[in-house]
Amino acid sequence: MIDFLNSIIVLLNFIIIPGISYGSQLALGALGVTFVYAILRFANFAHGEIMSFGAMITILFTWFFQSQNIGLGILPTALLALPVGIIATIILCIISDKFVFQYYRYQKSVPVVLAMVSIGVMFVINAIIRIIIGTETIKFSDGQKFIMKAKQFKVMTGLNEGLALKSSQVITILITIVLLTFTFWFLQKTKTGKSMRAFSDNEDLALLSGINPDRVVFITWAIVGVLACVAGSLYGLDKNYKPLIYLNLVLPIFASAIVGGIGNPFGAVVGGYIIAFSEIMITYAYKKFFVYLLPGPLEPSGLVQILSTDYKFAVSFSILVIVLLIRPSGLFRGRVL
Amino acid sequence: MMKFERYEWLAISIMFSLFILVGLIQGWSVSLVILNMCIISAIMTMGVNISWGYAGVINFGVMGFLAMGGLAAVIVSYPPITESWKVGGTGIGISFVLLVVLVISVMYINKAVKEKRNRYISNGIVIVFGILVIRFFYLNATANIEDVNPAIAGFLGGLGLPIIFSWIVGGFFAAGVAFIIGKVALGLRSDYLAIVTLGISEIVVSVLKHEEWLSRGVKNVIGLKRPVPYEINLQNTDWFISLITYINTSKLNNIIDVGDRDEALNKLIIEGSSIFVKLSYASLFFIVMFIIFYFANKAQLSPWGRMMRAIRDNEIAASAMGKDVVKQHLIIFVIGAAIVGVAGAMLVTLDGLFTPSAYRPLRFTFIIWIMVIVGGSGNNLGAIFGGFVIWFSWIEAAPLTTFIINQITTGLDSNNPLRLHLLDSVPYFRYLLMGSILLLILRYRPKGIIPERVRHS
Repeated sequence: MIDFLNSIIVLLNFIIIPGISYGSQLALGALGVTFVYAILRFANFAHGEIMSFGAMITILFTWFFQSQNIGLGILPTALLALPVGIIATIILCIISDKFVFQYYRYQKSVPVVLAMVSIGVMFVINAIIRIIIGTETIKFSDGQKFIMKAKQFKVMTGLNEGLALKSSQVITILITIVLLTFTFWFLQKTKTGKSMRAFSDNEDLALLSGINPDRVVFITWAIVGVLACVAGSLYGLDKNYKPLIYLNLVLPIFASAIVGGIGNPFGAVVGGYIIAFSEIMITYAYKKFFVYLLPGPLEPSGLVQILSTDYKFAVSFSILVIVLLIRPSGLFRGRVL
Repeated sequence: MMKFERYEWLAISIMFSLFILVGLIQGWSVSLVILNMCIISAIMTMGVNISWGYAGVINFGVMGFLAMGGLAAVIVSYPPITESWKVGGTGIGISFVLLVVLVISVMYINKAVKEKRNRYISNGIVIVFGILVIRFFYLNATANIEDVNPAIAGFLGGLGLPIIFSWIVGGFFAAGVAFIIGKVALGLRSDYLAIVTLGISEIVVSVLKHEEWLSRGVKNVIGLKRPVPYEINLQNTDWFISLITYINTSKLNNIIDVGDRDEALNKLIIEGSSIFVKLSYASLFFIVMFIIFYFANKAQLSPWGRMMRAIRDNEIAASAMGKDVVKQHLIIFVIGAAIVGVAGAMLVTLDGLFTPSAYRPLRFTFIIWIMVIVGGSGNNLGAIFGGFVIWFSWIEAAPLTTFIINQITTGLDSNNPLRLHLLDSVPYFRYLLMGSILLLILRYRPKGIIPERVRHS
């Protein structure tokens, strides 16, 4: 029985908790991509850089608050800086829309052209980030790092295996729950949310019934800004901020959005968790788990790992490819908000 | 051969005067280094341009195809490591045969089992079982191979042939991968296809990074044989010394002292050998570029090219006319990828080393796409021009920004933190430049600098 509990703790500690927090970050990112896709109708390659930009502003203000000795005690100061980051990210989104994307929208350009344009925006934001903050890894989480340390847990329960709970993971999960609830409430219950859904469903019909497209687009960018900044900052808080990692993160995010059914916000969230869990589960070495679970002679000699951790990113694309082959519209039929 | 318009001649002459300018200001060696990379970039750009410009098939997998070309360079030119073959050759062979068997059986199941659900289930069982069996042989063999002298070997080595053959082999490697990708992904909508090809190229590179038995992975392969002479050998060759002496006769005759003259000659020979090597590379690359350019143009003007344009402009109409759109898309995707693969092999040939971790999407996919868009999609000369211009600005952005920052901040103290920070981030301004160029071109000249010619017949 103890062995069984131990094996469960191993799974919790190394797969389920990291999976949920990474999945939440991906889900928030994928939700942003899906919003752009559903309303503005293009694949936004700049999304990763927008996330990185939000995280960067958050870091800059975290430093500022730290230098002024303003803090939140046991909570990371970054939470205090997050609203500033969100506002800056929204402004960035609005500016890039006004100066770049709007023109192509009025021209009714094909989605591929807009995707190319977003690559241009990606380069520009990438350059701004590099120029302002450089390319070094930055650790900006402060406050209490662990809610529960592995040792404490061992003492508390008397089990062999520890369960560590990082505060950044708990914060990620809580903020994600709040944001997702708010977003879905907004889409389902408010008039603006309903008009956005109508716009996504049938643009011409929405225009005919008097929905102001510019307003819808503005709200969309605002939501995208919030989601991107929060996702980026949380990812940075959890795993240290690396300005260039976000470019690699774009692909799992796209994978999540497409796996869930692009344009479908619920699908994007589910897709995020699917991608996160499969990345972690397929590259985790299960040896410890089986050692606890199986009787002595059956214990595995190898690592019991399906793929080495080097292939973490490859896993998400393989899932993407498989989904596209078997069910091209994603798990939840895409293209409606 | 096609005739060039006046503005096209203008573009060509601008390109060459830029190199002469750099040669005069920064030295011929620098100019030739940039020229070599420009030619390779132009070939990559032509590869992408063929699939995107002719047929509207998007290919964001440039990085993966380049890496396949690079792999070909290693496999063709590196001398075989017999010991590795001895300890792991059979294992690898068995796993390869098993893999082929697995693929064939999956294909057979796809044909034989009619009901969708049964097909998925039986395929799943066969694949999982097959992979388990293959892993057994494969892991043993690779572990053995990687143990063979890991500091310098630890992989299977290659065939030991001249590296120049790899340019063709690289094309075939990339074409093979492109065929598989195309079979899987073509038929998706354009932006999905972009994401999928980008993702698959990432998978290709991560395989190359981590399969050490194949090409040493992140440990890199260095010291690949060159197709051109080495500087050090040239410096001791009689005809080369006499050539340099002949070229610089007047200069040398001005120096009266014998010792001084020898010293000057030595310096000239060292300089000349480096330039000679780069020139030989440049001429080899130029020949390849010209061949590809010639055939690409021929193809574009042929009935086949006309059909491609028809498919690009209206897929439905083309398929109503009885053209097999899916098949043609696959063909052009494979051809484009093959050309990119050739460029990848040339890139590794030029560097003399294979570093899988250097393949990053920003540098090897998105920059190439900027070249295509800026140059003018659907026009091969435009593609070459785009490759030249963008690579040129990519390299020359740093000196230019240093100059501009120095000009702007002249009023500031030389230790001003802002000025120092800006000077530190000089290398990053090239990304700003690239993004701005792309955005400006897309806005004000969406068909590129040298647009596709509209043919009326």
